[in-house]
Amino acid sequence: MSRRTEDFVSPLVRDMPPSGIRRFFDLVANTRGVISLGVGEPDFVTPWHVREAAIYSLERGYTMYTSNLGIPDLRREVAAYLERSYNLSYDPDSEIIITVGASEAVDLALRAVVTQGDEVLVPEPCYVSYRPCAALAGGTPVTVATKPENDFRVTPEVLLEALSPRSKVFVSCYPNNPTGGVMEAEDWMRLTGIFEEHDLLVIADEIYSELTYGGKHASLAAFPGMQKRVVLVNGFSKAFAMTGWRVGFAAGPREIINAMVKIHQYTMLCAPVMGQMAALEALRHGEDEMKRMLVAYDRRRRMIFKRICDMGLSCFEPRGAFYIFPSIETTGFSSDEFCERFLAEEKVALVPGTAFGASGEGHVRISYAASQQNLTEAMNRLERFINRHG
Amino acid sequence: MKKEILEILEGDGRTTPETLAAMIGMDPEEVRREIAALEQEKIILSYGALINWEKIGEDVVLAMIDVKVVPQREVGFDQVAERIYRFPEVQAVFLISGGYDLSVLVQGKSLKEVALFVAERLATLENVQSTMTHFILKKYKEAGIIFEDSDADRRQVVTP
Repeated sequence: MSRRTEDFVSPLVRDMPPSGIRRFFDLVANTRGVISLGVGEPDFVTPWHVREAAIYSLERGYTMYTSNLGIPDLRREVAAYLERSYNLSYDPDSEIIITVGASEAVDLALRAVVTQGDEVLVPEPCYVSYRPCAALAGGTPVTVATKPENDFRVTPEVLLEALSPRSKVFVSCYPNNPTGGVMEAEDWMRLTGIFEEHDLLVIADEIYSELTYGGKHASLAAFPGMQKRVVLVNGFSKAFAMTGWRVGFAAGPREIINAMVKIHQYTMLCAPVMGQMAALEALRHGEDEMKRMLVAYDRRRRMIFKRICDMGLSCFEPRGAFYIFPSIETTGFSSDEFCERFLAEEKVALVPGTAFGASGEGHVRISYAASQQNLTEAMNRLERFINRHG
Repeated sequence: MKKEILEILEGDGRTTPETLAAMIGMDPEEVRREIAALEQEKIILSYGALINWEKIGEDVVLAMIDVKVVPQREVGFDQVAERIYRFPEVQAVFLISGGYDLSVLVQGKSLKEVALFVAERLATLENVQSTMTHFILKKYKEAGIIFEDSDADRRQVVTP
């Protein structure tokens, strides 16, 4: 007797909740003439000199597998980058791995350390992948509910509330998607003691580390006692507008990196060679272009924050990434209702805060990775909508 | 602050003082005053739009003319340059290094019109020794703008 086809699917995967983003994506894709501020990637194309370097490498015939760990030159450049940016010292031969995007690095780290019964603490609102990846690795995701009054930072109070004897891993993302919030040095200092006391391994997703405004990014691994318990994840997608290239990296203690390589060598073998070549060019010569994009984001950020505040919406000033996460409670709508109605009435797409966890209810994520014209127009429409329903 | 205002306006001259003020963290009144001062000092010279005339079927012929000049005592090239740039057909005049002295951009409705301008008005000027005309056949990029750029947003409409 044979199964129904759907019964081949494992219960773990079958029971994974559908992506809130996916549902909204389908809605938006079927509406014409939409200004989308729901995009989680830069509106810039990868700088030409980076594309050109990759094209040239293809012309010269670089089309084969690379070392599992990634091209040695790239690992050395990553080590140099971490050294000059955060004073962090990593051995490129054993403590750095080039991955298929920062996404794969997070997944590898989880699969390398998590087993049945382990709890994985995930501050919410959070990026959509952490909970599913923790579950797929066999662990139990546990929410750390951050609050708007703390600018959605992780405080000792919210962390302690979520801790248990089974807590093993803490996955953070700062600067944060979806809130645009940052964790400063004092914020981390209040948590390092807890990480040590409860012997947690931290997977620090710092993919937006270059996109900070009004202060340099504080990398957790650089704090006293932290380097040995942090897997630093970063990449090139947001800083250098290289989302589609699928190249990122992880830096961490050699035992963990080694475990990650074991998985990576069997599942991926290596990150795409052309992506690695592009990343090499970006690290070596990409700073000017990166700074130009940063200036553009900053101008948009200030403009949009002012408009949001002037509209009477409650919102903290985002100082990282390219998102702003205002509260829409004054309208009385839920996040989902707000976004659906706003899309239907004004043809602008925002992402409901609930797509990022229950802590996002009452908020919406607005991405300002969009042209100045689109942002201005979208803000005009938002103002109209708020005035109609506020 | 001035530099930021100038950079933004150079990119889009339509940016309102309110938007400018929000983008750089200044007061709109301050921005208005700054802009007025910059206009007064002729640091901001104009706010024209960049048009692709060919696309609407307008007959436009452009030529870059290299001009060799006999420089005048005390005034050098300035007087000749002025005599040249006062012609409305002349879009641009630059003093350049190399084998020629001035580079002149001339616009007309036809090849003949431009050629006649050079022959009758430019080459005949006192102190103009010789000219070399290069007709512009195709514009790829001007004032930082790529003419045939695909502006299409290729991103997925909603992504995490």
